[in-house]
Amino acid sequence: MAAPGAGGTDVLNELVGQSYKYGFVTDIEADTAPKGLSEEIVRFISARKDEPEWLLSWRLKAYRHWLTMPEPTWAKVSFPPLDYQDAYYYSAPKNLPKLESLDDIDPEIKRTYDKLGIPLHEQQILAGVAVDAVFDSVSVATTFKKKLEEYGVIFCPISEAVQKHPELVRKYLGSVVPYTDNKHATLNSAVFTDGSFVYVPPGVRCPMELSTYFRINAAKTGQFERTLIIADRGSYVSYLEGCTAPMRDENQLHAAVVELVALDDAEIKYSTVQNWYPGDEQGRGGIFNFVTKRGACRGRNSKISWTQVETGSAITWKYPSCILQGDNSVGEFYSIAITNNYQQADTGTKMIHLGRNTRSRIISKGISAGHGQQTYRGLVRVAARAEGARNHTQCDSLLIGSTCGAHTVPYIESHNRSAVVEHEATTSRISDDQLFYCRQRGLTLEDAVALVVNGFCRDVLQQLPMEFAVEAQKLVGISLEGSVG
Amino acid sequence: MLEIRDLHATVNGKAILKGLTLTVGAGEVHAIMGPNGAGKSTLAYVLAGRDGYEVTGGDFLVDGRSLLDLAPEDRAQAGLFLAFQYPVEIPGVSNSTFLREAVNAQRRSRGEPDLDALQFVKLARQKMNSLGMTDEMLKRPVNVGFSGGEKKRNEVLQLAILEPKVAVMDETDSGLDVDALRTVARAVNALRAPKRSFLMITHYERLLEEIVPDRVHILADGRIVGSGGPELAREIERTGYAAYAAAAA
Ligand SMILES: Nc1ncnc2c1ncn2[C@@H]1O[C@H](COP(=O)(O)OP(=O)(O)O)[C@@H](O)[C@H]1O
Ligand SMILES: [Mg+2]
Repeated sequence: MAAPGAGGTDVLNELVGQSYKYGFVTDIEADTAPKGLSEEIVRFISARKDEPEWLLSWRLKAYRHWLTMPEPTWAKVSFPPLDYQDAYYYSAPKNLPKLESLDDIDPEIKRTYDKLGIPLHEQQILAGVAVDAVFDSVSVATTFKKKLEEYGVIFCPISEAVQKHPELVRKYLGSVVPYTDNKHATLNSAVFTDGSFVYVPPGVRCPMELSTYFRINAAKTGQFERTLIIADRGSYVSYLEGCTAPMRDENQLHAAVVELVALDDAEIKYSTVQNWYPGDEQGRGGIFNFVTKRGACRGRNSKISWTQVETGSAITWKYPSCILQGDNSVGEFYSIAITNNYQQADTGTKMIHLGRNTRSRIISKGISAGHGQQTYRGLVRVAARAEGARNHTQCDSLLIGSTCGAHTVPYIESHNRSAVVEHEATTSRISDDQLFYCRQRGLTLEDAVALVVNGFCRDVLQQLPMEFAVEAQKLVGISLEGSVG
Repeated sequence: MLEIRDLHATVNGKAILKGLTLTVGAGEVHAIMGPNGAGKSTLAYVLAGRDGYEVTGGDFLVDGRSLLDLAPEDRAQAGLFLAFQYPVEIPGVSNSTFLREAVNAQRRSRGEPDLDALQFVKLARQKMNSLGMTDEMLKRPVNVGFSGGEKKRNEVLQLAILEPKVAVMDETDSGLDVDALRTVARAVNALRAPKRSFLMITHYERLLEEIVPDRVHILADGRIVGSGGPELAREIERTGYAAYAAAAA
């Protein structure tokens, strides 16, 4: 593609604005905690949310532990040290109404969601998507609750679950990702502000896709959402999370925790389309996406499947994992990660085989362009008692241009001789032949890149729920704009 | 109509086309024959605007408009189609997706609305029926695992759907058995049209028994060194290129 010419920053901003179309700021009054992090802030958050004593004390334990923890340094990403005192840990839109219907939402917020294309309106019921929208720290709308209630499915903000279903939250919160797990997850445990809670009762197949959109709006607000999904015996749920954030010059921290629990014969499908602001062409700004996602296949024959499309963020640090405790349980990880310009991603998964005949499957598609740096980091561990465990890993990297990097770091630890662990990896460059062929048929260079890359990602894209696969395909194209020529 | 005027081109600094002049009128089919390495594929790539193929002199026009300064996609949108000697595989992209993207890119350039999936399938089916093809080929990833004959038929299908003004066909006959050759030839004959010009590149006369050209040209050492009617192809088949190659040297 031709260089944009000598237009200076205006032209650049315009270009950035085009490629990151979610980079607007919503002007609403916010109720914000004082800047910085301290025990007082933890108490402030807990008090604002009217939390029971046990949760406050859990948060405080996490906070005190966090103070003693070093920053994790093993990932292949680089950034200046985080200044935890230079951020706000709580920001809630003011005038928060008690929502009985969608018409009660602040029109500004609603417009934001409209711009994001989030299906909040009633007609979207037809699409079968239930949305729990998190605006900075507080859930502002939960739709389709009634329908879900008929099936006994609980789908609500986690703060509401703390009030209404304390026994479930208390039983499972921190049971997959303990508050001591890692620096980012520990911080989340201390200051998490909101997130979604899902409980699917025994034998119930959740009648619709559940979906949450997260959005960072207020400046210098870290977002620490916490998601907890429990699929009880023989149940099934598919959950999708989508993320965007406005463009800002400074970096913003996003340290979420997601915990999944699947009991006997239960299945959870968790899909993420992550499109946080990636920073500009020079690598200024962008979200630091330091996320801990882990699922426990506690029951026999249970299954947890992670699908992620990671196109955004300045830095992604994320390893959605499965602990395969139950015999015959299955873990899957399907990933597309794209790093363009100066984005960095260190992402992968951990499959921990504990039960007998547990199976896991990993397909990772990494695309690196510009000065992007990307590492696939994956652990497959087979415990001594995991007789008959199997893993298959397919890890493909596609390079666009000559200034980017792709790295594959597989860790395999097998303590059972009957286990079969297979790892295949390929690295290729986008081929001039393919691009020329497409262009000869009339596709622009950028459309040609998007098409070839989407083909490369196909095995993962087809794991996404239909209605989101289309959006994800578009994102793949958008995030690679300007990567060739 | 395709007009090539005194075209000179280099590949990696090496002169390959050395003053090639040729006009294919609207509705005509011309054949270019020549020995291996004569520059036939180079001509095709130069016309299509492939990177690394540098034009150092001359010009070429489609319906009176020079395409020389255009990007490959703009040339395609201006009505130039190249059937590749070696069609390229695009794993994970179905043939129908690929073709629909191509059709819609060209429609957009003409200010026409996109075809949706349904409209496209209808169009593709209709074209395939008229070419005697089954639509099983639409579902498969572009050229992946295709036999030689399937790849060439797929090129012809794309030609049929994109409806170019000028079609350059680079060795569409090579690697085909007699039956496959007939199928492809029948399809091409069906696509001959009053406003369309064909340039068939081949080095065997075989194809030209099936697709009878209006003119036959001999390309040697980067130039047209002889032209004639269909009988020229038969003569070459008997006597070979030696006489022409010597004349060019
Ligand atoms: N990429 C390339 N780099 C250098 N030389 C090339 C390249 N492609 C083709 N050539 C040379 O150009 C000449 C013409 O090749 P080509 O056009 O493929 O011939 P034809 O299609 O008539 O067999 C040959 O001498 C060939 O070696
Ligand atoms: Mg050739």
